[in-house]
Amino acid sequence: MHPAYSVILFTTASGAGYGLLALLGLVGISHGQASSLGFGLTCMVIALGLITVGLLSSTFHLGHPERAWRALSQWRSSWLSREGVAAVLTYIPAVLFGLIWSGLVEAPQFITPLGAITAVMALVTVVCTAKIYSTLATIRAWHNGLTVPVYLAFALATGACLLATLTAVFGNFPAFLVYFACACLVAVIAVKLAYWHAIDTAPRDRTIEQATGLGSLGRVSQWEVPHTSENYVQKEMGYAVARKHAAKLRRLVILLLAVALLLMVSALLLPYAALLSAAVALFAAAVERWLFFAEAQHVVTLFYGAKAA
Amino acid sequence: MTSLPPPSAKKLGLVIDLDTCVGCQACATSCKEWNTQGYSAPLNDVNAYGSDPSGTWLNRIHGYEVKEEGQAQSRIVNFPRSCLHCEEPACVTVCPTGASYKRAEDGIVLVNPETCIGCKLCSWACPYGAREYDQADGVMKKCTLCVDRIYNENFEPEDRQPACVKACPTGARHFGDLGDATSKVSQLVAERGGYDLLPQMGYKPVNKYLPPRARRDATNTAPESLPKPDGSAFDRLFQWADKVLSAKKSPARAAEIDHSGKLEG
Repeated sequence: MHPAYSVILFTTASGAGYGLLALLGLVGISHGQASSLGFGLTCMVIALGLITVGLLSSTFHLGHPERAWRALSQWRSSWLSREGVAAVLTYIPAVLFGLIWSGLVEAPQFITPLGAITAVMALVTVVCTAKIYSTLATIRAWHNGLTVPVYLAFALATGACLLATLTAVFGNFPAFLVYFACACLVAVIAVKLAYWHAIDTAPRDRTIEQATGLGSLGRVSQWEVPHTSENYVQKEMGYAVARKHAAKLRRLVILLLAVALLLMVSALLLPYAALLSAAVALFAAAVERWLFFAEAQHVVTLFYGAKAA
Repeated sequence: MTSLPPPSAKKLGLVIDLDTCVGCQACATSCKEWNTQGYSAPLNDVNAYGSDPSGTWLNRIHGYEVKEEGQAQSRIVNFPRSCLHCEEPACVTVCPTGASYKRAEDGIVLVNPETCIGCKLCSWACPYGAREYDQADGVMKKCTLCVDRIYNENFEPEDRQPACVKACPTGARHFGDLGDATSKVSQLVAERGGYDLLPQMGYKPVNKYLPPRARRDATNTAPESLPKPDGSAFDRLFQWADKVLSAKKSPARAAEIDHSGKLEG
């Protein structure tokens, strides 16, 4: 599958934003009001900023961005529509929570319920994003039970690294947060390795013979493509640039996540290492997202000569 | 609404005969010609006269080589591919805007070019590569089953058929109601063992493909094998002629021939 760079930016940035937002909701529930107005507002602006930048960038790959509002209408059947609705709805409790938690509005009794609603909505939005991919039966690498956990794990891990960074910058750095971020990074490595194992061992049992229905006659191969230069279907669905480097890029993702983990551990001594850890984890997430697209083989490639999919 | 309507009794679609299709591209060109001026027009091309032309087509004709068991020569099957107007079209249900829809009355799958946002998700959901994004219009295009022809009362009844069906010079394309077991197309499917593409995907395509018939030709021989001599006077004359004509060429002449051969190659 061709990776739209705006979609990579969107899922990486908004994933981290929603991860951070969900954790801020939990922080509100456990600690009450933010330790300072500056800390509270900075956290909320970064979380909602990442989400907003991501959502805006996701409209860049549309043919008609000015019609994007229409995408909120079909939540009964479409996960893309559900994602849009969840994303818009999340702003309501998130902004209210942010105002109260940071101390801008005095109403501490609402921190817990709003924090809980914000955290749940943030994670629901990430699940909707992942469901867009995992419900496509045409793409075996996405159509499996690990796509949703991978998206959730990356959102929480990058969000936790960002939260650790923010607490380090504001000088109220709890060791617990380092342990939590490390646990998330370990989880993300485990889930992604399991995902790769699953897609590598899944049988590629759809064949060019089945696609054409000519298998009862004999072995089928492509003789002639229907056009003189690449068409939309080949460009969009036949992208294989990163696929040939998949093994190297997979090692790079794991290496980056391991580096982020080491940096996070060293943040116990040097709190600012958390900042580097967050940067490396976000870079790992972007590479992983590119690979997620590039490794995915679409079943239509069978009509263009692929032997199996 | 991108939720699917209840299954319609009427299921309009195409039946494509892979036995008689000669791969002439007439259906593809007539499709492009009709649909660049009708519903959701134009069907844009990009750099059409340049070195790297591309464009939106709703019908593509593949060619496949089939190696049959026990046959010395493989067989070419021409394979037109367009929207199959599935009964369970995931391209419709994934659409976030309602632009992609399946008609309740006859099962035709269409895109509303006024409300499509060009997110391309429908093309990802289609296993058959039936949808092509129009770069110039920023919306998705697909086969309309010539909805602006088949109900067009300005046309003579015999012309109320998709452009591809009208254009096919070998009668390899048939249009009709596949929901009606007594229709001509349904009977054709029953007679010839018409089949679905990728049935295990569960999309329940309405369009059907008729398999190529068993080979009747005499091509099951090694290429360039000659008939055995029967010992007659004529046969001996031909053998003698063959021997004379096969005599070794002089080295100079052979070099000349090689040279000309190289020029051609």
